[in-house]
Amino acid sequence: MGGITLGYFLRRLLIFVLTIWIAATIIWVIPRAAPGDPISAMVQRMISQGGYVENADKIIEGWKERFGLNDPLPVQYVRYLDNIVHFDFGYSLAYFPTSVNDIVGQALPWTVGLLLVAVVITFILGNFLGAVMVWRNTPRLIKLLIPIGLIFTSLPSILAAIFLIYIFAFLLKWFPLIGPYDIGTKPSLSLDFIGNVIYHGTLPALSIVLVSFGYWALGMRGMMITVEGEDYMQLARAKGLSPFYVLYRYMVRNAILPQVTAFAITLGTLVSGQILVEYVFSYQGMGTVIYNAILTQDFPVIQGTSFILILMTALAVLIIDLIYPLLDPRISYERG
Amino acid sequence: MTEVKRNPIPVLRVRDLKIYYETPKGDVLAVDGVDFELFEGETLGLVGESGCGKSTTAMGILQLITPPGRIVDGEVLLEGHDLLKMPEESLRALRWLKLALIPQGAMNSLNPTMRVSDQIKDVIIAHEGRAAKKGIKERILELLSMVGLPGRVYDMYPHELSGGMKQRACIAMAIALNPTVIIADESTSALDVVVQRVVAQTMLKVKQMLGVSMIMIGHDMGLMAQMVDRIAVMYAGKIVEIAPVREMFRDPKHPYSQLLIESVPSLKERKPLKITEGITHDPRNPPPGCIFQLRCPFVMDRCRVEPPPMIEVKPGQQVACYLYEPTEDGSFAHVADVAGNP
Amino acid sequence: METTDSSRSSPAAVLVAPARVNKRMGRFNRWDTPWLNSKLIIGVAIISAILFVGIFGRLFWNTDLAFTGSSPLNLPPVGVTNTLTKQVGTWEHPFGTENSGRDMLALMILGAPNSFLVGVIAASIGMSVGIFLGFSAGFIGGRVDDVIRVFSDVTITIPALMVLIVIQSVLRQIDLTTMALLIALFAWPSPTRLIRSQVLTMRESGYVQMAKLSGASTFSIMFREIMPNLIPYLFASFIGNATGAILAAVGLETLGLGPQRVPTLGGTIYFALNSAALLRNMWWWWGLPTLLLAIMFIGLLLINLGLDEVANPRLRQSSQ
Repeated sequence: MGGITLGYFLRRLLIFVLTIWIAATIIWVIPRAAPGDPISAMVQRMISQGGYVENADKIIEGWKERFGLNDPLPVQYVRYLDNIVHFDFGYSLAYFPTSVNDIVGQALPWTVGLLLVAVVITFILGNFLGAVMVWRNTPRLIKLLIPIGLIFTSLPSILAAIFLIYIFAFLLKWFPLIGPYDIGTKPSLSLDFIGNVIYHGTLPALSIVLVSFGYWALGMRGMMITVEGEDYMQLARAKGLSPFYVLYRYMVRNAILPQVTAFAITLGTLVSGQILVEYVFSYQGMGTVIYNAILTQDFPVIQGTSFILILMTALAVLIIDLIYPLLDPRISYERG
Repeated sequence: MTEVKRNPIPVLRVRDLKIYYETPKGDVLAVDGVDFELFEGETLGLVGESGCGKSTTAMGILQLITPPGRIVDGEVLLEGHDLLKMPEESLRALRWLKLALIPQGAMNSLNPTMRVSDQIKDVIIAHEGRAAKKGIKERILELLSMVGLPGRVYDMYPHELSGGMKQRACIAMAIALNPTVIIADESTSALDVVVQRVVAQTMLKVKQMLGVSMIMIGHDMGLMAQMVDRIAVMYAGKIVEIAPVREMFRDPKHPYSQLLIESVPSLKERKPLKITEGITHDPRNPPPGCIFQLRCPFVMDRCRVEPPPMIEVKPGQQVACYLYEPTEDGSFAHVADVAGNP
Repeated sequence: METTDSSRSSPAAVLVAPARVNKRMGRFNRWDTPWLNSKLIIGVAIISAILFVGIFGRLFWNTDLAFTGSSPLNLPPVGVTNTLTKQVGTWEHPFGTENSGRDMLALMILGAPNSFLVGVIAASIGMSVGIFLGFSAGFIGGRVDDVIRVFSDVTITIPALMVLIVIQSVLRQIDLTTMALLIALFAWPSPTRLIRSQVLTMRESGYVQMAKLSGASTFSIMFREIMPNLIPYLFASFIGNATGAILAAVGLETLGLGPQRVPTLGGTIYFALNSAALLRNMWWWWGLPTLLLAIMFIGLLLINLGLDEVANPRLRQSSQ
């Protein structure tokens, strides 16, 4: 009946928890498994830089204590997990009194907003074009034009971002070079400000849409071809329904289901791509925060932001997985 | 099931229908000049081994041939209108209203993401307009009960139904608009024997209730014998014999029909199977003359030169075989001998 | 009916013009194989050309010029004038130089193979692990399958770049191979899933059942019956994985987290962006590596699409 069984729910929940745990563990284990002692090397680096930071000693002391470098590894590991569970990522090294959570809190809404807009456009546009490529009633010219648009597929979004910024912002000056809104404007809910945000967000969003809609179009095309060969399509045609009704109720409705699953799988790549785009556009999101943190060797910020993004992705996948059974009436039988 | 002459108005006439499939080595002549008539209220059986073109003929009548297949020539006249010359719009309006299908693969013939009732509903609304929405639930429930399905099926999805139930749902859908002609394309083949009989009975009951004309396609001669008024035997894209069902079973004329009927297993005696499987010639490049010459036990020289025309040997019984040329009298006894004599 | 008839080819015409019909189905000479797919051929040609220049280019061009200070600074390509410094391009540095005196041509020649190297290492490891786990999950089933499925679902959910950023920012100085190995950590789930689902499908199919009945061992069924049918899928998966690995590597490099001692295309973009090459209109600096990477990814995409059509004849038929 399209319900979520308890087993299904628990399995998805398990995957969610495991995702977080494994990502956190990899982040913790690999630097320690590497030859040498990267943590003390990093602390060393910071000490050498410490000269010009006002409360350097305090920071380094706290840092050392935080990592508890003298404690046995299991103790360090448990403390690390405990901190993560409590969303305690400590303080930024570069902007000392500011906590990592504050920095994330400012950047996250921009990232989520941009990502949401770009992803929704991509998913709708890509699937629409993929469906149109297979539909019998599509004019031939359109069927020939769509594949040309697919050239951008699988380009890294960062490359598209650089090209777009050069052509539309630098050469043509149609769009602003950087930032989420004009410098000097105060964030508010006025129409002007919202318009300004959209104006600034167009190129970053376009970079993501351009490189990823083809992926969905190709996937949808493949699924539509499969559906086209199904027995129920023959019956649908014999029934004399309107071609458009057959397209959306019989073809797209069935072809879209695997696309939704694929969406959950590619979300991780999407988030990564977005981070790089934000960095190229100096967009006020997580990407720029991460880039600045890399420049200043602000490890707590790098760790915190990355972890929050991993958490968000896993959460989004969990939500998609829980919505999916509502779309596919067969699911509770097949996966149990 | 008496004489065909009782109802002389054909609702459906198929004239010289040719459907070819394009392949790299040349066209496969899947249906190569099929002629027949379907009279009002009758059930015509279309039999033959797999690959003989019977399902392709059905798809041709329904105008559902998809590339690489194409209709090369012919006429399909439904109540006097040629479906092949009809613009797509009018054809769509006429589909299901006049010409319904009970499909071959019942397992996958229903859209898995739509409730059974919604799939019956959409065809009603597509042809009768939004006004039909009033009382549509009662109407669908009545259709379901006509084919022996319980009311709870109304809210079910296809995957929740058994094979037999799905096929009944398809029958309910086929009769929803009270069509003139129903084509049942191997509708019971995928089911197990018991369910097969039950579904076949449902079809028969519904047919008698509505007085609809029907083309039943299948290869089960035993089942056909109980269901149809006339039988057309197809071999390699051509109809080789048409006869009332009694005549066909009592006295088949064409050597292929004889082999086919001989091959129906009998409970009373065990007999060696005479028929060999498969069409022997290359379907892209049929030999000149009779289509059956390579497998025919009575092949004559002229069979290899020119295809035999349809000859009316008895009222309502036509056969395409030189053995029954009016001028040659002795041939008849000759063939009858062979049928019982390996 | 006459019009439609004449517009289509008669049987005779089909036989006369086999080249046109070849694409559709069947095969009837040795040139008529699905592997001769136009997308596949163009893609392979593009990638081969880049590799060729990358491997043999160093015989014809002094690649020492890829190091800091080996050439004049900010030189534009031949025939172009630097709008800020008014320098004019020379044949000594046909693609120009960048901010710290590195020759762009030398950077390209050294950088391109490095990207492929990362892709090949990561994809090979991912593929080997994927084949092992995919066959185990598909053949053994039960608990083993459950565990493998959960872990591949988990790994596929993690945004790999995020984890890599954290790791690299701690490790800092890493070499190309280490980066490839780290990327390989995330390269196994998609081949695993693919092979598992194919094995499950094929296990139920007639010919594998027949092989089982005739007493073939599981091992020989795997390698004699199933593997050959998987080859186009495996190739496609390998290419997809290599693309993903190069993508991740470029991402890390452009964030300044790639190998520092060897020239990479992503690293060149990082330096360009970091030195405001965009605003200084030094388009050759960021443009050449970007363009080269774009061509590379288009080549890989074409190979992938071609392999898709080899593996799935349905896609082929309707793409005519």
